[in-house]
Amino acid sequence: MKYVDEYRDGAVAADLAKAIAAEVRPDRTYAFMEFCGGHTHAISRYGLEDLLPENVRMIHGPGCPVCVLPVGKIEEAIALAKRPGITLCTYADLMRVPGAKGESLLKAKAAGADIRMIYSSLDAVKIAEANPEREVVFFAIGFETTTPPTAVALKAAEAKGLKNFSIYCNHVLTPVAMRAILDMPAAPGEAPIAIEGFVGPAHVSTIIGMEPYNEFAEKYRKPVVIAGFEPLDVMHAILMLVRQVNEQRSEVENQYIRAVTREGNVAAQDLCDEVFELRESFEWRGLGAVPVSALKLKDAYASYDAEKRFATTTIVAADNPACECGAILRGQKRPSDCRLFGTACTPETPMGACMVSSEGACAAHWTYGRFRDHQKTARRAS
Amino acid sequence: MNSPVKSKTIRRKLDLRNGRVDMSHGSGGRAMADLISGIFREALANDLLDQGNDQACFPTPAGSRMVMTTDGYVVSPIFFPGGDIGSLAVHGTVNDLAMAGAKPLYLSASFIIEEGFPFADLKRIADSMGEASRQAGVPVITGDTKVVERGKADGVFISTAGVGVVPEGIALSGEKARPGDKVLVSGTLGDHGVAIMSSRENLSFETEIVSDSAALHTLVADMVATAGPAIRLMRDPTRGGLAATLNELAHQSDVGFRISENDIPVRPEVAAACELLGLDPLFVANEGKLIAVVAPEAADALLAAMRAHPLGENAAIIGEVVEDDQHFVQMTTGFGGGRIVDWLSGEQLPRIC
Repeated sequence: MKYVDEYRDGAVAADLAKAIAAEVRPDRTYAFMEFCGGHTHAISRYGLEDLLPENVRMIHGPGCPVCVLPVGKIEEAIALAKRPGITLCTYADLMRVPGAKGESLLKAKAAGADIRMIYSSLDAVKIAEANPEREVVFFAIGFETTTPPTAVALKAAEAKGLKNFSIYCNHVLTPVAMRAILDMPAAPGEAPIAIEGFVGPAHVSTIIGMEPYNEFAEKYRKPVVIAGFEPLDVMHAILMLVRQVNEQRSEVENQYIRAVTREGNVAAQDLCDEVFELRESFEWRGLGAVPVSALKLKDAYASYDAEKRFATTTIVAADNPACECGAILRGQKRPSDCRLFGTACTPETPMGACMVSSEGACAAHWTYGRFRDHQKTARRAS
Repeated sequence: MNSPVKSKTIRRKLDLRNGRVDMSHGSGGRAMADLISGIFREALANDLLDQGNDQACFPTPAGSRMVMTTDGYVVSPIFFPGGDIGSLAVHGTVNDLAMAGAKPLYLSASFIIEEGFPFADLKRIADSMGEASRQAGVPVITGDTKVVERGKADGVFISTAGVGVVPEGIALSGEKARPGDKVLVSGTLGDHGVAIMSSRENLSFETEIVSDSAALHTLVADMVATAGPAIRLMRDPTRGGLAATLNELAHQSDVGFRISENDIPVRPEVAAACELLGLDPLFVANEGKLIAVVAPEAADALLAAMRAHPLGENAAIIGEVVEDDQHFVQMTTGFGGGRIVDWLSGEQLPRIC
């Protein structure tokens, strides 16, 4: 596969692994967070952990939009989809996420609700156009990467004069969430935040550019290296982070130069500014309520806002109190430290944010990496 | 077929161009007889079916062990690149028999047809089924048709059964994998699932990929002739792909597997399509591939025999059976790291077979 295999080359990976091993200082540890689920997925799927020195630890961040969406939002969407006359359109990976009572969009669909899986936000517009007697609601979620396509869908619906299309907007903001993690107080008795640097978002950065990360380098003194989602990108970014830490630098560097520019995609930013505004606060699964961390439609587009059109009620549903997602996202605990992991909480029955999608820290460890826990146990036993 | 009617006595032509199945075609009357003789009997003709009984009577070799299987086909879309529900039903059932190392003998087919289904499509399916069955040398010797009201089925569903005989000395079974055994696949993975996916109407996505749907019993016969009892087990990795099959076998045999990503054959275009669709070829369905677990000393000879057969030319040894009470399927990635190839959570593709 041209333009893809080049970034998955095992021989280059071995060279990068050697370089990282040569540059890490044996007398200290390195802990970096990859914010995005795309990076978590690459690390797990390609087995990067086996290529990194033991004293380099990757902390898997909350950058998976399905994972951080609170259960209450799923319940609201299910309630909306069950109303007569409504067709709910959404991206496929939301379908399986269970609500508080174990119901999911997939189950609601089986029970008769009209829920459609779509691959593009514009498919929802097409469905609205083809079904003028239905109220078509696009359940929009995601970080800055998926926000512009939602704006494009809205503009397309407006241009077509569609009156039966609306958006249930749950778009969230990456830099705010990164700040929330760094500001999170440790629980009593817990060590302070372990994160020493970030593998910065790939696709999000193609939209927002590099500037929004400056505060992490300047105020928090944490290096950020924006990296692509291919495994060699991640290895390269880790090497760059190790160098920054060793040289006591904290800068925003761009490894993903083939896609990310300093200013980002200005046209997309302008379109989003036109359509969306900040919410005062938004509930994140795993992080709790985070001020100004999400977007809603501006009043000028109120007629496209499903929350206003259908007067949705906010449903609050708490996660299991034994769930350790918060500490795992801060890097203070590992998935296997949580007593729910692999027992009550599995990808089939997720109890917390990190288990919901394969990009979450716990699901990735369960699906791809849990054999290492058994290897460690076996080593200790022998 | 039910209510046998000699084709000579009543033979009114169906309007194969514009006609459609209606409820009368399932009512047991003359319309049903016309449907059976006009479409199925012609397409699937063979001596046993032509006798026109509600069952087919056939001789069995004395003292032989027989295998029997049953399968249902609900694939959507019904026609896809490289095949259709009719040929798929023959291949799938023949393969289920062949995975026991058996020589498939006979099939049955039951059609559940939705009211309004075009005769032309039904004929195309029956013809394709007849063609696949003749090519495989495994006739459909008895059958049934039912018609259900519009909305109670999706076009046509086919349910089959098959019987075959197992050669002396061959006893393949899923619990027979032992640490040290080698794991072979007969060719490239993921072709069928991706072909189905690319022909779905809601995906604006075009590829040249065709389904690998094929009857594997002649390949199996060559394999059995070469390696005989050294073959522990065979399985066709249909729904859930290689990943589901290896996980099933790991539990059944109480072992683990260690496979190497670089050794697993995947067509570049399938890999590319999976990349775009967010799928993993290891989890995508196949309809003309098999996995074999074989004693290590027989692996090279078996691989050579497979590669000498047209349906096995891309065969490869992809890994081995290991001791593991956790039943993990571990893979060394092309990148050099390790990971598990786990069961699929939820579904990757709806209605692929």
